[in-house]
Amino acid sequence: MPDPQPWFILVVAFAANYLWRGLGVAISGHISPTGGLFKWVSCVAYALLAGLIARIIVLPVGLLAATPLIDRLGAVAVAMGLFFLFRRNLVLGTVAGVATIVALTLIRAS
Amino acid sequence: MPPYADPRQAYFAGLIDAVGLPALVVLGSMIGFGSLARESGFALWLAVATTGAVWSLPGQMAMAELYSVGASAAAIAVAVSVANLRFLPMALAMLPVFRQGVRHQGWNYILVLLLSVNTWTGAMRRCPHLPHDQRAPYYLGFSTVCMGAGLVGTAAGFVLAGVLPRTVTLGLVFLNPIYFALVFADVRQRSGVLALAAGAVIGPLVHLLSPVWGLVVTGVVAGTAAYLLDEALERRRA
Repeated sequence: MPDPQPWFILVVAFAANYLWRGLGVAISGHISPTGGLFKWVSCVAYALLAGLIARIIVLPVGLLAATPLIDRLGAVAVAMGLFFLFRRNLVLGTVAGVATIVALTLIRAS
Repeated sequence: MPPYADPRQAYFAGLIDAVGLPALVVLGSMIGFGSLARESGFALWLAVATTGAVWSLPGQMAMAELYSVGASAAAIAVAVSVANLRFLPMALAMLPVFRQGVRHQGWNYILVLLLSVNTWTGAMRRCPHLPHDQRAPYYLGFSTVCMGAGLVGTAAGFVLAGVLPRTVTLGLVFLNPIYFALVFADVRQRSGVLALAAGAVIGPLVHLLSPVWGLVVTGVVAGTAAYLLDEALERRRA
């Protein structure tokens, strides 16, 4: 079989991804923002995204997979700690978390 | 702080709110994708177009990985589709918030093109507190900056592939989970807190059982458990 053309792959990927977005639009017209169904679907969305972020931290693929789990969890702990200590400062927490993982990686490499 | 004077001001407020961490997070993630795309044999135009058209890191990663091994279009369609299933509950949780303020509902089909975890959390934080006619404009402004950063980041990652030191790339890629962990830690609504906690706990465990369907199962099981618990707490108080 010949390799699929790049533009064809792009169109296929777009369609496969738009499917869920478009379906969301079509169904959303029937959901009241004050009803129980809306609350349930919001819970599902939050749970799914929390699961995704937790998965990226605990079981990453790619570059992050080369770092030890304890380093990633340590970086999250530092980020969370500073975030809540300094009145939910998002910038400080994020920068501290990233700095921690980079520092730990450099220390282990040396 | 919101509300703003008119929808136009809401759009610009969205732009401004996205400049900074949200844009930086997208930039970092897409720099990671740009270099992966190059290693996977993408041309620059294809890498940038993929970011614009798929607009979801997990979906784009799945596409790049399969493309590099010469997978068929059907295999890519299935993988991208499964990786992006989360957009269904995300759209369902966001669009009803906009509805009253959007005059022609057909616009929603355009608005969802810009939906990502980043733009979703940005919208969900502010929009419920805005007048109806300011919600979609705020989201649009926020999304404009994120999409711009994503396209620039993809091109930069493609060009800089192999040039950036590993630790720099590592830091850029780690921005994403750290930022969202904190954004979610900041959610105050009880049902949201319960759902996030349940999802974070069972997400990795379910992923071990089924890497393909793990996320969907996590969303439905943890989300439903959180919903029922919240309803029960509500009834007890009443």
